[in-house]
Amino acid sequence: MDKSLQSEGNKLNVQDLIERNKQKTTFGQRIEKIIPWFLLFCAIISVLTTVGILFTLLRESIGFFSNVSMIDFYTGTNWSPWSGDYGVAPLIGGTLLITLIATVVAVPLGLMSAIFLSEYANDKVRRVIKPILEVLAGIPTVVYGYFALTFVTPMFQGIIPDLGIFNALSGGFVVGIMIIPMVASLSEDAMNSVPNALREGAYGLGATKLEVVYKVVLPAAFSGIVASIVLAISRAIGETMIVTIAAGATPNLTFDPTESIQTMTAFIVQAATGDTTFGSTIYYSLYAVGMTLFVFTLGMNLLAQYISRKFREEY
Amino acid sequence: MLGQNEEGIKKRMKGRVLKNKIMMGMFFLATSVGLVFLVLLFYRVLTQGIGYLSWDYLTSGPAPYPEEAGIWIGMIGSIMLMVIVAIFSVIVGVASAIYLEEYASQNKFTEFIRVNISNLAGVPSIVFGLLGLTFFVYMFNFGYTLIAGGLTMALLILPVIVVSAQEALRSVPIDLHQASLGMGASKWQTIARVILPAALPGILTGTIIALSRAIGETAPLIIVGAATAIYTLPDSLLAKYTVMPIQIYNWTGRPQEEWQFVAGAGIIILLAVLLLMNSIAVFIRNKFQQRL
Amino acid sequence: MTKISEETQETRAGSITSKPIVEKKDKQQNRESKNVMQVEDLNLWYGSNQALYEINMDVPEKRVTAIIGPSGCGKSTFIKTLNRMVEMVPIVKTSGSIKYRDQDIFNGNFKQEYLRTKVGMVFQSPNPFPKSVYDNVAYGPRVHGIKKKEVLDEIVEKSLKDAAIWDELKDRLDANAYGLSGGQQQRVCIARALAVEPDVILMDEPTSSLDPISTSKVEELVQELKKKYSIIIVTHNMQQAARISDKTAFFLNGELVEFAETDDLFQNPQDKRTEDYITGRFG
Repeated sequence: MDKSLQSEGNKLNVQDLIERNKQKTTFGQRIEKIIPWFLLFCAIISVLTTVGILFTLLRESIGFFSNVSMIDFYTGTNWSPWSGDYGVAPLIGGTLLITLIATVVAVPLGLMSAIFLSEYANDKVRRVIKPILEVLAGIPTVVYGYFALTFVTPMFQGIIPDLGIFNALSGGFVVGIMIIPMVASLSEDAMNSVPNALREGAYGLGATKLEVVYKVVLPAAFSGIVASIVLAISRAIGETMIVTIAAGATPNLTFDPTESIQTMTAFIVQAATGDTTFGSTIYYSLYAVGMTLFVFTLGMNLLAQYISRKFREEY
Repeated sequence: MLGQNEEGIKKRMKGRVLKNKIMMGMFFLATSVGLVFLVLLFYRVLTQGIGYLSWDYLTSGPAPYPEEAGIWIGMIGSIMLMVIVAIFSVIVGVASAIYLEEYASQNKFTEFIRVNISNLAGVPSIVFGLLGLTFFVYMFNFGYTLIAGGLTMALLILPVIVVSAQEALRSVPIDLHQASLGMGASKWQTIARVILPAALPGILTGTIIALSRAIGETAPLIIVGAATAIYTLPDSLLAKYTVMPIQIYNWTGRPQEEWQFVAGAGIIILLAVLLLMNSIAVFIRNKFQQRL
Repeated sequence: MTKISEETQETRAGSITSKPIVEKKDKQQNRESKNVMQVEDLNLWYGSNQALYEINMDVPEKRVTAIIGPSGCGKSTFIKTLNRMVEMVPIVKTSGSIKYRDQDIFNGNFKQEYLRTKVGMVFQSPNPFPKSVYDNVAYGPRVHGIKKKEVLDEIVEKSLKDAAIWDELKDRLDANAYGLSGGQQQRVCIARALAVEPDVILMDEPTSSLDPISTSKVEELVQELKKKYSIIIVTHNMQQAARISDKTAFFLNGELVEFAETDDLFQNPQDKRTEDYITGRFG
């Protein structure tokens, strides 16, 4: 060590400096105490959001049910709020019809995509196709709505000539396209987590890839796959813009996919954009419908969580 | 006997192999359906909208005639809205994530916050619209304004930000915690000077992806009253506003075919913005991820 | 295998009564040397698992104390107790006392942050921050409120010189520390620990992830550092302990079996278990 440094070393005593600074650090200590409380406050905002959602849905729904009986709401089959009929069945029916069509489209396509990506595709192919497929999930729903109305409906009209401009079929179909990546990537995760030893056991017995898929992978990944489908269904139930744009605004209790219908979400949009006055029965009906929608999706989400928790226990 | 048996097995083997081949083709076809529709969608939007895309379109606001209509007011509105959303959701989201990852002890309450966040992520966006309508529009009396829309949207993407920030914080090696605490740094000093900077790329990536979801979101903004046609840019937090998706929705719903071209042009802009945001996110991820 | 486990069980059973053998003549020989840390009756539990049993040990000033023992013997836990880093695991409980210059470090008035400026630490694998070399070394002083550029410049230069890496890095102070070799990273980490001028430096197997050349550089450095600092070094490498330390402690199954001058411990172990370990019969 050279001499100049040592003399400097004598001049500079870091521990003394630290000691001197310690007297000034009361501010720092105060920050140290306040910060966790601030962070906790922020973490509680998400809880408050949930409480807020429950509170607003419940309070305004109660307001609604003081004007319209709950029995009429849930058993009535005619929904025309502007003339005072509040039977929610047509809206629920519309939502279910859309969800059914979307499921019919998305589940086979999504599952088969998952099988292809997880079992057949090599790494290179998977790394190209998977992100592209996931782009589908990132496209704004208003764009899908536009696509459904201006492309899919005319396309279907080529097959079914008397299909109206607004119909459940193209709305549901496009919702299905939108949720394909959800089914595909969550199912693929489930299939990927099937231990390779199981597959190797079957290959060792001379099984083909297809037999391994059917007899080993699908049964082992079953609950994960079901959870992915349930989550995708929940997304379809809550989907708003596609059905608002393409499926129409006709509350209609039907299971004919070529007809124009209205979902719960589409009604909420319609009522919010129309001249609905604050405090009117129609205003409150927004929340009663929203409450029903919320219960549906929450139920689906809890079901998916329950299934995937059981799934995690298996491995 | 044995020979015949072998023949039979071979025959069946051929059948099984063929079946495998056919089904593989089916699986590939099914995968391509999604991709085909993606291509169709892009193609459709491009061919419909490209004709109306021009400098005038970018710089003018809504108009009664399709030839004169433009995206300017919506585009700036979207950007302003995103600034509000980003400020609020990043502060609250990152703070929540720090609390959950660094401060919270493993108790029932923490678990409750976690479950709550994951459930919140599954609530349909339109329900957030109803939340905003009750609280921000009426109870806080903001009316149909920029701030009401921004706060509603911030709450909507909050769960996404919290979860991605949690992942980013978790990926910071425990070594760095130890190194900092071992120097006599306090907990907050460690977080502010070491953990957060190391987690920043991950947090940024997650935030941009969350914002790119928010910028295309339409339904909740309809509920909290984004205007369909305004002619001046919002000049305060309490001003009326509109955003790109709302404009597109509005144009799509008009009966004359020309409006669909106007909407198509708007979609091109919206998708371009999304592409840009996602590219930035991917760039940040690739640039910084190898470092840790 | 079975023989070993029987043996360990026996030692465990016998541990309650047998006291660690602390050499008497050591105290006489070094009457002038003071103790910087004193450990008395230290017990430590992870939840309900006891990891340390009744440790008593005096750490001498300005000397190198090595801690050896098979993996899982508690040597790492012990060294992390000395600067209370072990408390990062929330379920840890301790009893007994540890004194740093006659102050009880578990006392509520004795701040963890203050303790760690006095008792610095170098970790098993190099863990520089993803910042520049300069910012790494200046981290400690900055955290403790030193902001002046000239002072920091001086501290950084001095610390890097003390860590014998100044010549290699003086032109690369702005380079990210992640770009350095493992050996360089570890010496930057040592410089970082030196920057606050601690009294004691704890080293937890500092060479276990380094190549032989880097290892010998760190070992030389340790010899140099003991002129100014008291060093406690955990190592799984007995040769290393023999090469660089003045005193050696042998840990087994959470107890301190033997603590003596390094030469004595290796040449003339008092305890059968120490002998078995250093002659390679287990571990």
